[in-house]
Amino acid sequence: MKICVCVKRVPATTTRVVIGADKQLDPAGVEFELNPYDEFAVEQALQVKESGGEGSVTAISFGLADAKKELQKVLAMGADNAVLLTHNSAPHADGATTAKMLAEELRNTEAQLIFFGKQAVDRDQHGVGPAVATRLGIPCITEVVKFELQGNQVICEREIEGGRETVTAPLPCAITCQKGLNEPRFASLKGIMAAKKKPLEIKEVDLESAAVEVIDMSLPPERPAGRIIGEGPDAVPELIEALRNEAKVL
Amino acid sequence: MATASASVLPLKELDFYQVDDLLDPEERMVRDSVRSFIEERVMPVVPHHWEAGTFPSELIPEFGELGLLGPAVSEEYGGSGLNSVAYGLICQEIERADSGVRSFASVQGSLVMYPIEAFGSEEQKRYWLPKLATGEAVGCFGLTEPDFGSNPGGMRTRARRDGDDWILHGQKMWITNGTVADVSIVWARDENGKIQGFLVENDREGFSAPEQKHKWSLRCSVTSELVMDEVRVPESNRLPKVQGLKSALSCLTSARYGIAWGAVGAAQACFDEVIRYCSDRQIYDKPLGSFQITQTKLANMGTEITKGQLLVWRLGRMKDQGIMRPQHVSMAKRNNVRMALDVARECRTLLGANGITLEYQAGRHACNLETVLTYEGTEEIHGLILGHEFTGYAAYGA
Repeated sequence: MKICVCVKRVPATTTRVVIGADKQLDPAGVEFELNPYDEFAVEQALQVKESGGEGSVTAISFGLADAKKELQKVLAMGADNAVLLTHNSAPHADGATTAKMLAEELRNTEAQLIFFGKQAVDRDQHGVGPAVATRLGIPCITEVVKFELQGNQVICEREIEGGRETVTAPLPCAITCQKGLNEPRFASLKGIMAAKKKPLEIKEVDLESAAVEVIDMSLPPERPAGRIIGEGPDAVPELIEALRNEAKVL
Repeated sequence: MATASASVLPLKELDFYQVDDLLDPEERMVRDSVRSFIEERVMPVVPHHWEAGTFPSELIPEFGELGLLGPAVSEEYGGSGLNSVAYGLICQEIERADSGVRSFASVQGSLVMYPIEAFGSEEQKRYWLPKLATGEAVGCFGLTEPDFGSNPGGMRTRARRDGDDWILHGQKMWITNGTVADVSIVWARDENGKIQGFLVENDREGFSAPEQKHKWSLRCSVTSELVMDEVRVPESNRLPKVQGLKSALSCLTSARYGIAWGAVGAAQACFDEVIRYCSDRQIYDKPLGSFQITQTKLANMGTEITKGQLLVWRLGRMKDQGIMRPQHVSMAKRNNVRMALDVARECRTLLGANGITLEYQAGRHACNLETVLTYEGTEEIHGLILGHEFTGYAAYGA
């Protein structure tokens, strides 16, 4: 079975965000990594391939040329080949543009399963997976925490408010992966050595200007310092008053 | 039970001279993958095992799966065929967690798999190396004896021929992994006075490996005696390409190389922890890090760690170019282990009383590094090796 997994290079979740003059994240000194939710997608793609005993996993990313590093990690985890769609303005692309780029590449792959992380942790838009599926005219199941392939259909559990629902869809389909779906493997040393010999194709793409433009970016306000109301039982009434009327948690 | 709350935060590695830029992409990927594994799987369990005095044997299969056992062994025999810098980075990342855990991996790779690959028969290589690479089998290296540490040439363990077999008799001491090993590389003097290496399966009659208890250092690592009472092994268990003591010592050069890298990891772990502490800990209503004494302590430590990083990076490149000599390794092992021990102790002072608990790493690393300073060539012996190198006079004997 042909399986594709779409991944993104994002700033590490431990990054201390500094906003640059162009109202974008200042990349100086920032560590980049594979989007953590995409690791669940890669793991699931590899598990499907391994349980079937045949097929291939192609990793696809749209981004700057630097994203080669993240694709190499996916190859080291076990993907068979990778495609990097690159453009200098990729960081300014909106979700719809990204989805268009990916869909155009995926259209020719005949992939039966396309895995995504449920969101990229940089912009948190949750949109690319469903948008790609819409462009390809295939079903999409989002926020999947349990995945099963039965013949020509998938049966998935997905998180919904206050619970889970079980859904099914025929192949081909797109899946966006949530934490808890699986435990992503580490890239083994053999895998890292093998990745050097796997195909990684870099394609320059034409980019339309994004429909959605970021016009400002700001950091959250500083948290106010804590306040000691008092000590002992005498302070309890005032504490309850503060919790009720200031914090509004009671 | 102690927790690792202070130690499981992602590392903000000191890399003041951008040594990262000197690594190639695969080396960085190896380092990052091992670092993730160590942070997620090893660091959380190390304080408990250290306190209990137990080796985290449940991690052995994962070490094997990731490729941490004998990574420099060729792919044909189950290794990953990594270069020396990548191997060093692996040691650095493992020792960031604990010197005892790194010792386990060093022994398996450098002291067991390396000599089998370098001095073993094809049959020995095909039988043992894949098992050792996955962790299905554990190995140990028996050279040191109760009365012969820095002078292994005086060993009393004997090997005598008996028909097609050899009979081994003697005792080894301070052997990492001994009690948990499936196979020991035992060095013994034959009837012609030549030192030979043997593969001894630990279930052979007359062989026992009692654990040496009551250590306050390397408590996550098993240390054992090896007792051989007329142990019979076939000629096919002898390492055929061994050429006397120098073969045994070449294994130590490989292990010491990894130790020089590992020490950088231990020092970085302590430094990273103390930098956070200096920011959070308030004294006289000011952060600990804002005091002059703290700052000069941190300046000294940061400088020494940076020098140590550059030393091993250059050593690794020399090893891969084939121009590294044992004397080069002596300098790096001696310098970096002393550096790491000093850093761990200094960090402990900044942590104050907290520093003596297992909730913080510095005290544990300091205790461990006392062993690392002594094993694999003491600080003093490596000083004599360098003295010999620079003056031409050998000063090892009486």
